[in-house]
Amino acid sequence: MALLKTFKDIGNYFREIAEGVASLIRGMKVTGRYFVKPSEIVTQKYPENRAELKMFDNFKGELVLLHNDKNQHRCDACYSCERKCPNGSIEVISSRVTGPDGRTKRVLDKYVYHLDSCTFCGLCVEACDQDALAFSQEFEHAVFDKSTLIKVLNHPGSTAEPKEEEHKETKE
Amino acid sequence: MEETIVDINLKDKEEYVINMGPQHPSTHGVLRFETCLQGEKVKWIVPHCGYIHRGIEKMSEKLTYPQMIHLTDRMDYLSAHINNEAVALCVEKAMEVEVSDRVKYIRTILAELTRIASHQLWWSAFGMDLGALTTFFYGLRDREKILDIFEETTGSRLTQSYITPGGLMHDVHPNFQKKVKEFCKYFRTKLPEYDELLTGNVIFRERTIGIGYMSKEDAIDFGVTGPSGRGSGFHCDIRKIEPYSAYPKVNFNEITFTEGDTYHRYLVRIKEMWESLSIIEQLVDNIPQGPIMLELKAIKAPKGDFYQRVETARGELGVYIVSDGAPQPARIHFRTPNFSNLFIINKISAGHKIADLVAISGSLDLVIPDIDR
Ligand code: SF4
Ligand code: SF4
Repeated sequence: MALLKTFKDIGNYFREIAEGVASLIRGMKVTGRYFVKPSEIVTQKYPENRAELKMFDNFKGELVLLHNDKNQHRCDACYSCERKCPNGSIEVISSRVTGPDGRTKRVLDKYVYHLDSCTFCGLCVEACDQDALAFSQEFEHAVFDKSTLIKVLNHPGSTAEPKEEEHKETKE
Repeated sequence: MEETIVDINLKDKEEYVINMGPQHPSTHGVLRFETCLQGEKVKWIVPHCGYIHRGIEKMSEKLTYPQMIHLTDRMDYLSAHINNEAVALCVEKAMEVEVSDRVKYIRTILAELTRIASHQLWWSAFGMDLGALTTFFYGLRDREKILDIFEETTGSRLTQSYITPGGLMHDVHPNFQKKVKEFCKYFRTKLPEYDELLTGNVIFRERTIGIGYMSKEDAIDFGVTGPSGRGSGFHCDIRKIEPYSAYPKVNFNEITFTEGDTYHRYLVRIKEMWESLSIIEQLVDNIPQGPIMLELKAIKAPKGDFYQRVETARGELGVYIVSDGAPQPARIHFRTPNFSNLFIINKISAGHKIADLVAISGSLDLVIPDIDR
């Protein structure tokens, strides 16, 4: 009886080894399949492929103030985005200017954006009624000097887009 | 010189306390296990947390409800959509409004995709913790497809801040349905590979079967929820107990095992990925039309306290809001799953080898920023 049990144990022992080896081979078969089929490889060579690498249109890279080709932006300094930002990443600096028609209105002096504290929640873009803001597809944000992450978004010499023109555009 | 050597030899027979972490590759975050060893055996463990405490609950008191959504992304970053949804549902419950069916369907699909992505990353890292580096690449390969779907619609890969009180930030991308269906088809062919690579692997099985036993009573006592609790036969799936969003409309099984060891906690997650796929397939073809955002004058909860719980990839997340009627919460508390899941570790790893501790803590699927918040 004891002898029979010993035989059984030995049998089990070898069966376990065989099963173990078989399980390893099953796993190796999966990896081996990709080894001989390089067409299924999905990794990309970054940064060599920088030229072709394109983010999705919706990608939230960094905030930009949209400018048209005449260097005009649509921001009328309403502070909506600054108030909505949960991290205080936006500072709108504006002044009151009296136009030739005698009416005073706010004009944007400086649109300061702190990329270092932005969490890309998208609330600022959502808040802007003028559609003046958008996210760019830029994603390489690493810098050596932290202070370069504080950006002025209105281009030098830019002006606000005249309102009349904008109305005409939307009508067309 | 000689004296020191003698000292070490004497100490061999005594207890020896070492720290695993706060920066240890297998804790996936800054968490310290103060581990008492007797030889190679673990005698007791005291987890020390707080290394990544950011005070999210306190910060939220200064922010309006839509503004605090982006902080909840950063608790359990692998369940970002589900965390967003929890706050959104709680605020909607407080305001007594209901979002459209379209929003519910999209939220549920996103939540299930999040669950799959989270389990994929967990599977990858778990394999890697146990020495199977291959799994890391296979898991991340498939997870990338989900992240692409997220990125196309929400603009972010990890911290999306997409689900907001009252609906969604904006509509889904026109490709969304097509991509999700493609993914389901693709992943159904890839999921069996997971079993071939790891589930059946003899080394993996030897290291997980019978290791880290957690009884159902322990799971209930410690409040261990999610796949870790269900591996011990604790029926704790909030999607079944208190269905929210589109879950009442779908058929799926709650995966439970009674064995309660590391291997069965692993199996729960593998099986849950199949269930999530089936939930997505039931919903994705019938997304109804409807508004994406409710027309609300102001998003603020009335006076009172409100509670909503959801099932994240790691267990039960509860959001408790105390409101005094302002647009900001007077106090908000998150009952995060990982905090409760963590403290069972002393109970289930005592008596096992130190190498098994890695397997056990891996099988609890801890996300450290969720513990500390
Ligand atoms: S994306 Fe969010 S955090 Fe960043 S600037 Fe806009 S509102 Fe502020
Ligand atoms: S960017 Fe838009 S929201 Fe911000 S100040 Fe200008 S107009 Fe207002």
